[in-house]
Amino acid sequence: MRSSWFRSARSPRHTAATLVSALALTALAACGTSSSADNDGAGGGSSDPSAPLDPQTKVTLTIDCMPPAAKKAELKEWKADVAAFNKKYPNITIDGKSTPGQCEEPARFTAALKAKSQPDVFYTYFTDLQQVLDNGGAADITAYVTDKTVPALGDIDPNVLGVLKQDGKLYGLPTSNYRMGLLINRKLFTQAGLDPNNPPTTWEGVRSAAKAIAALGNGVAGYGDYSAANTGGWHYTAAMYGLGGDIVSADGTKAAFNTALGKQIVSNLHAMRWDDNSMGKTQLLKWGDLQKQMATDKLGMFLAAPDDITYMVQQLGANYADFGMGPIPGGKATLFGGNDYMIKKGSSPDKIKAAIAWLNFKTLTPGKGQFEYARSKTDGLPVGLPQPAFFTGASKTQDDALKAASATMPVENFKAFMDNPVPGKAEPPKAQEIYKVLDNVMSGVLTSESADAGKLLSTAETQVNQVLANG
Amino acid sequence: MSAPTLAASGESAGQRPGQPRRPRRIRANTSREGFARALRRNLSAHGFLLGALLCFAFFSWYPMVREFVLAFQKTEGGHTTWAGWSNLSYVFHDPAFWQAWRNTLLFTGLALVLGFALPFLVAVTLNEFRHGQGYLRMLVYLPVMLPPVASVLLFKYFYDPGYGLFNRLLGLVGLPEQQWLQSTDTAMVSVVIAATWMNMGGATLIYLAALQGIPGELYEAAELDGAGLLRKIWHVTIPQTRLILSLMLLMQIIATMQVFTEPFLLTGGAGPEGSTTTVVYLIYQYAFNFNNYGSAAALGLVLLVLLAGFSAAYVRLSRGSED
Repeated sequence: MRSSWFRSARSPRHTAATLVSALALTALAACGTSSSADNDGAGGGSSDPSAPLDPQTKVTLTIDCMPPAAKKAELKEWKADVAAFNKKYPNITIDGKSTPGQCEEPARFTAALKAKSQPDVFYTYFTDLQQVLDNGGAADITAYVTDKTVPALGDIDPNVLGVLKQDGKLYGLPTSNYRMGLLINRKLFTQAGLDPNNPPTTWEGVRSAAKAIAALGNGVAGYGDYSAANTGGWHYTAAMYGLGGDIVSADGTKAAFNTALGKQIVSNLHAMRWDDNSMGKTQLLKWGDLQKQMATDKLGMFLAAPDDITYMVQQLGANYADFGMGPIPGGKATLFGGNDYMIKKGSSPDKIKAAIAWLNFKTLTPGKGQFEYARSKTDGLPVGLPQPAFFTGASKTQDDALKAASATMPVENFKAFMDNPVPGKAEPPKAQEIYKVLDNVMSGVLTSESADAGKLLSTAETQVNQVLANG
Repeated sequence: MSAPTLAASGESAGQRPGQPRRPRRIRANTSREGFARALRRNLSAHGFLLGALLCFAFFSWYPMVREFVLAFQKTEGGHTTWAGWSNLSYVFHDPAFWQAWRNTLLFTGLALVLGFALPFLVAVTLNEFRHGQGYLRMLVYLPVMLPPVASVLLFKYFYDPGYGLFNRLLGLVGLPEQQWLQSTDTAMVSVVIAATWMNMGGATLIYLAALQGIPGELYEAAELDGAGLLRKIWHVTIPQTRLILSLMLLMQIIATMQVFTEPFLLTGGAGPEGSTTTVVYLIYQYAFNFNNYGSAAALGLVLLVLLAGFSAAYVRLSRGSED
């Protein structure tokens, strides 16, 4: 019996079958396995969070948002930083993971959180904290972050650190932050006879400037705005904050945008789109669309963060000198945001300490890592954008001086933005769900000439109240 | 003392007394060997089948089971707990829920009017060509071979109200510009037109194959009876392809109820005032923008139950075709 089985199994047909089965099993096993072996703590460090990391500790850290090969200069700097870091910590292996497109894409990120397959040190947006904690994704690093492990800690804007805390516990360290403002195309401003050094600071001014720019013709729009993929609601919120309004009530239970200010925003957009025809015919735009228009000198203004300029220059081939920024119209408050790194929950104390040591070196030390402006200038990378801007006190002074010394762009183009700081304000609760509803207000007013601002806002108010009441 | 029963004596019903008992072990061994022989004979087939079964198990059946479980769970503070009906309650209380169903049904309805009838008419027309049919078949099927994203982006350019091809064509004949994707009235129709263009090639070929299976004598008999083109289609073509038409109808309903790619790329998903928000886009929003996998699974379950009804009908019709 055994011999006959063996004989038959050796026939080519059966060998093929066995191979196919084995390959299928192997492929499935590979699909189901996403994490590598964890070899942290081999050097035997201290489990006391406040104790400094033993430089000889052997740890491997997987970290996302390593620049991809296409970003040669950034990747070169990353590798140089790893080498410099390894001089002090020779046994810490930085296993960088580069991702195509943006460092965090919501679909990929939420799936990774759900599968708990995020790297040891993972990149998030400020607004991700709740979902990360809901999924048990981040370690509490409060006890590990001190002025010994992060010397500039006292100079980090407490508002920025505040968005990375919940119930007094710290879950992340910032790498960048932004405040939204009015991004302008200086070339179009000049062509339209407007002063690019004084971007409009009110919506009346925006409307007037948009009309002048659109009059240039040739398919140029004066002002652009989003109305799809939840980004329309996001910009409506920014505009509302700028005028001093709010999206939800203070207790977070009711919609608060169906007000005179809310109507003013919608009516102004309607006037620009349909009366002045200064917003172009193509609507239902989302993040990325307006940048393309502005980079090709087809758009005069839109609400944006400073790093949109980097995107336009690096990805779309525009020039820094062609753009400038002013404060958000209204100037009462502005939507702020940013990104940070968190450390995977369940990481060993040594791994957490190693991660904090790396983040301190790479992202939180003036003159080092991302703040080594002289090196960035040599490598042809942009220096001079008003972002990140989370340092205060002596660190800010040092950072500003270093930045000015190596600026690669006309920093005076951002003077109006820098000289008129607007207080930052965080996103409303259930932000994405509310933005989805408010997208309808934006798409309604920008695609229908007969849109009724009152009706759009009233419908959205009812729906947002439903969203807030819906567990 | 009663006579021993056959069972008790170990004799089978057909066994005569005194006849030597057939050894059971031999029969069992024969059966086992037969099974082993059959197994060996079909080992390759089983091997190949195993791979497919494992793939289906991991990538189709397990996710379905997982979806069912997720629909009744909630993850908060790193802990997953049973949520009862709360995910379904969330879904039913979402202000976009009914709008998404209305839009999806509208898409399905319009897709049936355009995407079901048009390929059939094209197939009937192609079937009438005596020359160059292969070339025309290739032309009709060509859009199916284009990557869907490329096709959709092509239509996005065609529909653009500022510089799009369609408005330019309308302008050439003196007709007013249309808003296409940017109007609540025309957004869904525009999505359906793009989807039909992208997908009708496959349905056309299936109809064409069915048409070519109709015996020519039936048409000859109809012609002898004085039937014209329309009467031949009505009395010969449609009855002869009825089963294929029914199956395609069901398959199309199942496919169009799951529409996602076209509105997602053409209008950003929601469209003007949410007029192209579909059920699957809502599932996408729940899962990947709201991080609410429980509600995404719950809505997926609702869709699954509905489509299962159509699938059951499809299986029944398939069996009918085998008979």
